[in-house]
Amino acid sequence: MCLGIPGEVLSTVDGPLRMGRVAFGKVIKEVCLAYVPEAAPGDFVVVHAGFAISRVDPEGARRVFAYLEELGETNEVREEEEPR
Amino acid sequence: MRYVDEYRGADEARRYARALHSLVTRPWTLMEVCGGQTHAIVRFGIDQLLPPALTLLHGPGCPVCVTPVELLDKALAIASRPGVVFCSFGDMLRVPGSGRDLLSVKAAGGDVRIVYSPMDALALAERLPEREVVFFAVGFETTAPACAMAAHEARRRGLRNFSLLVAHVLVPPAMEAILAAPHRRVDAFLAAGHVCTIMGMEAYEPLAHAYRVPIVATGFEPLDLLQGIHMCVAQLESGRAEVENQYARAVRPAGNESARAMLREVFEVVPRTWRGIGPIPASGLGLRAAFADWDAERKFDVVSVGGREDAACRSGLVLQGQLKPPECPAFGTRCTPDTPLGATMVSSEGACAAYYRYRRFQVPCPTTSP
Ligand code: SF4
Repeated sequence: MCLGIPGEVLSTVDGPLRMGRVAFGKVIKEVCLAYVPEAAPGDFVVVHAGFAISRVDPEGARRVFAYLEELGETNEVREEEEPR
Repeated sequence: MRYVDEYRGADEARRYARALHSLVTRPWTLMEVCGGQTHAIVRFGIDQLLPPALTLLHGPGCPVCVTPVELLDKALAIASRPGVVFCSFGDMLRVPGSGRDLLSVKAAGGDVRIVYSPMDALALAERLPEREVVFFAVGFETTAPACAMAAHEARRRGLRNFSLLVAHVLVPPAMEAILAAPHRRVDAFLAAGHVCTIMGMEAYEPLAHAYRVPIVATGFEPLDLLQGIHMCVAQLESGRAEVENQYARAVRPAGNESARAMLREVFEVVPRTWRGIGPIPASGLGLRAAFADWDAERKFDVVSVGGREDAACRSGLVLQGQLKPPECPAFGTRCTPDTPLGATMVSSEGACAAYYRYRRFQVPCPTTSP
């Protein structure tokens, strides 16, 4: 239920309720942008129940891979240590 | 899709699994709080990649599963009234109340509609001024801001034929209930990433300190889950108990300020009964007095018929991580998604449904009896 899907902001419309068009792959949806006042076209946002709840931070997005790199240096994983 | 596919790489997943195998020296038990994470773990077989010393317990994080029977009975009563258009997320339609579900109300002629957003229900209320449109506001902190905005907009636009039946629940009090229970088994938590996206991380600091438990805000893709698990285990192995953020691409430490401001304006914290678990103090959200005119419970003055649960269903234990679904005697026999005895078999994020969907043909999974 807390499913959130990342999509790209295509356009924004300011008004009493900030709205915008967001692309999820080929599917385009009308989304409420009131909770991401900073999001602009080209940004990715996480959308849940018709609302963008967060702007995706590209720097933060790389951390999963950076962490793995750091592990490779500090953990000295060798080939024979295959899982199970 | 960008920000989805790259977090499903098999190669990186194997590297994370290897790193975990060389990190773990002792048995540890982790709980993922969110049903979306449970679903991903079972679907992608994350638990099967882990060293045998690591146990994952599935937590109470499926809002559909924990919505109390009393509120479902109220939903059924309201949806059965003539003139009402009852709107809900699709997940709720087959959840059994005391004997019936919303789908059977619809089959009997009730106007029950599935919507994707509470704003769709609001738009219906605008289009159908002669009808009473009710939205079943179910969900955690992730969903509550959408419902808060619907109430706020209804008041701003003067829409008197719209109301919310509010069943919102809060995650940290449920985590605390699990930590405070006797014979606690959880050594660390993967906190629900999208709940943290809204609320930030501060609510977890007192829990981490008081109960000496690492809490890591974690995303929903396989690599997110593996990294979150690694961060938890690294803390456990080095004797730390801190709050950390794995899901940095979506979670800021303070959460989403504008969403939190809207939550504060529309809702107040109330006690809530969790289906299968029982009452938890200060674990729900209810509409503030200023929004009483949009509160379906006041508007329709319905009473619960008492809330009967099927006696065979063990979902309360499943929701607290004390029983894995295949250990329930009814699992896959009397209880299937077509004939669900409990909410955890209905919701796509319920642990019973996840095991039925992805694991039903496997030998009964190694049990983790206490
Ligand atoms: S398998 Fe069915 S009866 Fe057993 S706990 Fe799950 S929902 Fe309840």
